[in-house]
Amino acid sequence: MAGKSPWGSNPGPRGGNEGGEGDDPAPEETPSAEGGNKPRNPWLPGDGEDGPRRAANIEDLFKHRQARRGGGGGGGNFPRMPQAPGGKSWAPLIAIGVIAGWFLISSVHQIGPKEEGIVTTAGQYSRTMTSGLKFSLPWPIQSVEIEDVTSIRTDTIPEGEAEKLMLTGDQNLVDLSYIVRWNIKDLKLYTFQIGDPDNAVKEVAEAAMRASIAEVTLDDALSGSGRAQVEQSVRTRMQALLDAYGAGIAVQGVEIKKADPPEAVVNAFREVLAAQQDAQSDINRARAWAEQVTARAEGEAEAFDKVYAEYRLAPEVTKRRMYYETMERVLSKTDKTIIEADGVVPYLPLPEVNRRASSNSNREESE
Amino acid sequence: MESIWQNHKGVVIGLAIAIVAVLSSIFVTPETKQAVIVRNGKPIDVVNKFRPDLDYGNTGAGVWYRVPLIDRVVFVSRQILAVDMQRQEVLSRDQRRLEVDAYARYRVIDPTRLVQTAGSTARVEEQLRPILNSVLRQRLGTRSFQALLTAERGAAMNEIKEGLDKEAREYGVQVIDVRIKRADLPAGRPLETAYTRMETARKQESDTIRAQGSKAAQIIRAEAEAEAAQTYAAAFNKDPNFYDFYRAMQSYDTVFSNDSDNSSIVLSPDNEYLRQFRGTGR
Repeated sequence: MAGKSPWGSNPGPRGGNEGGEGDDPAPEETPSAEGGNKPRNPWLPGDGEDGPRRAANIEDLFKHRQARRGGGGGGGNFPRMPQAPGGKSWAPLIAIGVIAGWFLISSVHQIGPKEEGIVTTAGQYSRTMTSGLKFSLPWPIQSVEIEDVTSIRTDTIPEGEAEKLMLTGDQNLVDLSYIVRWNIKDLKLYTFQIGDPDNAVKEVAEAAMRASIAEVTLDDALSGSGRAQVEQSVRTRMQALLDAYGAGIAVQGVEIKKADPPEAVVNAFREVLAAQQDAQSDINRARAWAEQVTARAEGEAEAFDKVYAEYRLAPEVTKRRMYYETMERVLSKTDKTIIEADGVVPYLPLPEVNRRASSNSNREESE
Repeated sequence: MESIWQNHKGVVIGLAIAIVAVLSSIFVTPETKQAVIVRNGKPIDVVNKFRPDLDYGNTGAGVWYRVPLIDRVVFVSRQILAVDMQRQEVLSRDQRRLEVDAYARYRVIDPTRLVQTAGSTARVEEQLRPILNSVLRQRLGTRSFQALLTAERGAAMNEIKEGLDKEAREYGVQVIDVRIKRADLPAGRPLETAYTRMETARKQESDTIRAQGSKAAQIIRAEAEAEAAQTYAAAFNKDPNFYDFYRAMQSYDTVFSNDSDNSSIVLSPDNEYLRQFRGTGR
């Protein structure tokens, strides 16, 4: 990397220097303004006065300066560099170092796996670098701008939690927030074609989203399937617009994060949900009742059928039997009074009846 | 260093002058700029002028020369730029208000003309903005509110784009696209009435849903009853006489054999049940 001296016409000092410290990076870091007549390096220990070499810290620096000043060195306040080998100036070495560093920094480019670099020669586009270790001519002849191309960038619109109302096709309002994911499709176009491409993506997204939402009804915007349709159409629109601009941007996806009714009317929307629940429970109750009614009908019909089948085998006897059985059940549980038809002479005066009558009257009295 | 200076004084000075001369007579045009060379106030040449058929790298960007001290170079963007319109209220044909935020994208296609008429893209934007505003208001004002929202918007935008483009050409600018970024109801009355409408629409919906629910429930009940009646009829119709008897028996059971009921029955000895009582059975 030592390279040629940029001062082609420089005759003298090179010969002496090159063998010694041509590539030593230390001189580069030395402020070149200090390359005085008798330079000394303050970062290096003075001529053998300290022990082994170590990194200088601030205190050391000041110590040296102090000592030098006390010693009455002729250098004023500036530290001095040690004499270069051969008694020549440090200046050419420094110049070479700076140039070498400059070459190194501006012409070697490490381009990551997700990145690409645009090489411009004096402002003119010359090529695109793909990933790897790549070289170019040094600045200002060529300059390289490296940009991450494959990583997906996301824009959330709107930023923050603010309410963003959009008009739907049926002139309702929906509070919407969404995410746009995109990456660079063509770095050359992305770099040159459009002013402030990042902002353009947002503006295009806004326009596309408005247009797409204006095509659907509020219910579609709120429901899942409608959302998917909106997302798809926004993406298509955005891509078409960006391609028309030649922006070199690929829209990877648009996701609606939130689509809600506006805050002001959200209660009315909840009421609709409640109404749906109510209606459903009404219907459920009716179904349960209907089930009971039909089941009972079937049960009774079945029972009748069974009895009827029996009856058919022996109509008269069965009928009688049923009659008596029923009468038994009925009369065994009730108070019975048998009265002769014309007179009012009870066959069975039945103390029970009297007792009950008296107890009833007692009760009435006591009340 | 002194030795160089001492020995080659003339050469060094000459070199310095040459470098200054070269630097002041060349200039670099980046890909994103067009450069108009102005001599004595008159544009004489354009470097890196936009031409749609040329790809980057062949457009003429790069190092170019000028006559020092006489030629002035004015750079004009070559990229697609955006003019943002201020938010403004548009009155639709049916007298409804809409607050519109639009942008126009343009490109300088004739930088010479731009430099002559406006000077810079910033000035052009300043000039275009009020034009865009008025074109927008004019064109959108001929449309109904609904049309502004939906499909017709595309056609309206095209008209606006063309209207603006016509004006912009005067400045050497081509308008590529005009889009509505936002279209909102203005705060206050219009927004509130929209809310009210949405609310009442929902109220209507929820009432309808409830009514439909109870209607459906009613129908379900009626159907069940009908089905039950049919089941009963199918069974009982086989022998209406027997059914009468059978059902009467059930009915007596239900009515009289209730434990908690302390009813009394008064029987005549002529009663069918008591027939055998008298020993006169058939």
